[in-house]
Amino acid sequence: MTSKNWLAQALSQALTKPLTHLVNLDQPLDFEGYVQAGGYIGATKALTQLTPKEVLAIVSDSGLKGRGGAGFPTGMKWSCVPALQEQSNQAQPSYLICNGDEMEPGTFKDRYLLEGVPQQLIEAMIIASYTISADKAFLFLRGEYQLAATRLQQAIDQAYENNWLGKNIQGTNYQLDLYLHTSAGRYICGEETALINALEGKRAIPRAKPPFPQVSGLFGKPTVVNNVETLSNLPHILKHGSQWFKDLSPHSDPGTKMYSACGQVKNPGVWELPMGVTIRELLYDYAGGMKEGVKLKGLLPGGASTDFLVEQHLDTPMDFDSIAKAGSRLGTGGLIVLDDKHCPVAMVLNLLRFFAQESCGWCTPCRDGTPWAVEILTRIEQGKGSLADMAQLADLCDFMWLGKTHCALAPGAVEPLKSAMRYFKDDFEQHIELGCCPYQSNSNEQQQESQGVQPELAKRVTAGVNQGGENDE
Amino acid sequence: MNNSDFSLQPRIPSIMVTDEEIDFRQYLSATELSVIEHEVSIMETREAAGIEALKIVQKYRGWISDDSLIAIAQCLQMSSAQLEGVATFYNLIYRQKVGHYVIHLCDSISCHLTGYDEILKVIQTYLGIGYGQTTPDGEFTLLSNVCLGSCDKSPAMMINGQHYHSLTNESVVSILNGLSKNAGDIV
Repeated sequence: MTSKNWLAQALSQALTKPLTHLVNLDQPLDFEGYVQAGGYIGATKALTQLTPKEVLAIVSDSGLKGRGGAGFPTGMKWSCVPALQEQSNQAQPSYLICNGDEMEPGTFKDRYLLEGVPQQLIEAMIIASYTISADKAFLFLRGEYQLAATRLQQAIDQAYENNWLGKNIQGTNYQLDLYLHTSAGRYICGEETALINALEGKRAIPRAKPPFPQVSGLFGKPTVVNNVETLSNLPHILKHGSQWFKDLSPHSDPGTKMYSACGQVKNPGVWELPMGVTIRELLYDYAGGMKEGVKLKGLLPGGASTDFLVEQHLDTPMDFDSIAKAGSRLGTGGLIVLDDKHCPVAMVLNLLRFFAQESCGWCTPCRDGTPWAVEILTRIEQGKGSLADMAQLADLCDFMWLGKTHCALAPGAVEPLKSAMRYFKDDFEQHIELGCCPYQSNSNEQQQESQGVQPELAKRVTAGVNQGGENDE
Repeated sequence: MNNSDFSLQPRIPSIMVTDEEIDFRQYLSATELSVIEHEVSIMETREAAGIEALKIVQKYRGWISDDSLIAIAQCLQMSSAQLEGVATFYNLIYRQKVGHYVIHLCDSISCHLTGYDEILKVIQTYLGIGYGQTTPDGEFTLLSNVCLGSCDKSPAMMINGQHYHSLTNESVVSILNGLSKNAGDIV
């Protein structure tokens, strides 16, 4: 059982750390504990006092932006649902999907919320479903998060027992069924239209847009897909109001954000901070600075698919606009920190291998381009590259850029690659000139071997990798 | 190391089973059928339960054999070729027999920066197998996994759904030792 001290301490942070103040990773609050801690006040307000359009107005006014990486305004996304546009209350039923497919390398913020305060997400999904007039909601969780799956299913069961799910919720006419779906594992499922295909039992290949999911999504019905962290803000916005939410951050982007840091830092972790904390604060005040004996070489500010930033960018506030101005993306807000003892080429190779493996294979620039980049990077890392390879990589970055691909996966792969070639040009050229990797560590990573159990994976992985046997580093 | 040439061959079922030779009502257990039908009841089409059905059968049988694939496809009234397309798309569906313990070692960026390659070597030496292979006693299969979301406690791996993090050369050996002792137990 949770102690009174813990609860008092948690509640003292309710207004400054709304998302995480109730997080308890060892033993998350059950339904009763969550209600005692102020849970379901937001949902009660929404369902019993407000119409869906009024909830939408509050959320739009709060300025909440999607926390999955793209930063699209949540109110605007919802407002495209037909039920919120027509005067009639008899609009077609829609679906809500919570995107809990957190597979972006270096990102672990949603896991913290999923495992630490599962009830909060269920309440949030009820509010969002009510707003978009959904009678069915799916929580799409990545398959590897098994502890989260267990805890979320318990939270769902308890919500049913307490009439927060099912028919006539809390005496209203509103009904909602909520299902947990665990993914069978593929990065592209995080793309919202690919996720919809996965829920329909298909290969998770992104769909062409338009039509946007809000018009024609899951099974052709209006569908809204929101990230875990985005949704988790809703109970608090409803409870404390949109002005409170805006006041949480001194910057143009409102609210708090789950920030994290990993890699070569002393104290990797995840923290809920006002939107717009600077990279320097995050890196030194929260993540404890660089590990002993190493210096900062560069960092990815928001997961694997964002551009590298370097020392000169440390005072950039981590909000959507500022990071964009610095030439990268806020993405998931998860710093991946590279030091001066690890090879940047090897790091980019690792990232590109990931993208090559996880490309869905639908469009040629991505299917062929990402393994090609892996092949070239492998050659350079092994000291067998040439300056012509650099030119080829630059061309590839162009071939795989936005507008030439079916979805954002390949452009996401280009971001770290292109920026690394810019900031770490000397390192790339040193590999070529010396004929070997000038770094000691991590350059002897083994070749990915065959994956007989997952034959398609094997093809994806090995297609782009030089089969030349042992790395001669 | 038995390298990629074999697995790069197009997949031809080892025994050519035609769809007609399997009756899913007899092949799938009552439990499997009832859980699959529950999943079907949630969805608007039968085939939408395909991924769940594959996971359910894999949970009971360890992997998805050709026979299982055909039986599930029949149950969901879709073609086995279509379901094969789905089964091979997802990383956590095994289309070949795996060991009692399936090790998914995270090879993504945070683990890369914190010593994943050393851990991989230790596991490969300890078990004498490479990625995609199973030990001769059928106990361990080694696979890679994309980011496991343990980046603050990397390197990380997952064995039969259980996560292990902050791995060191010593702790990996001790984990594998512990599992080896249970060899033969039903997992």
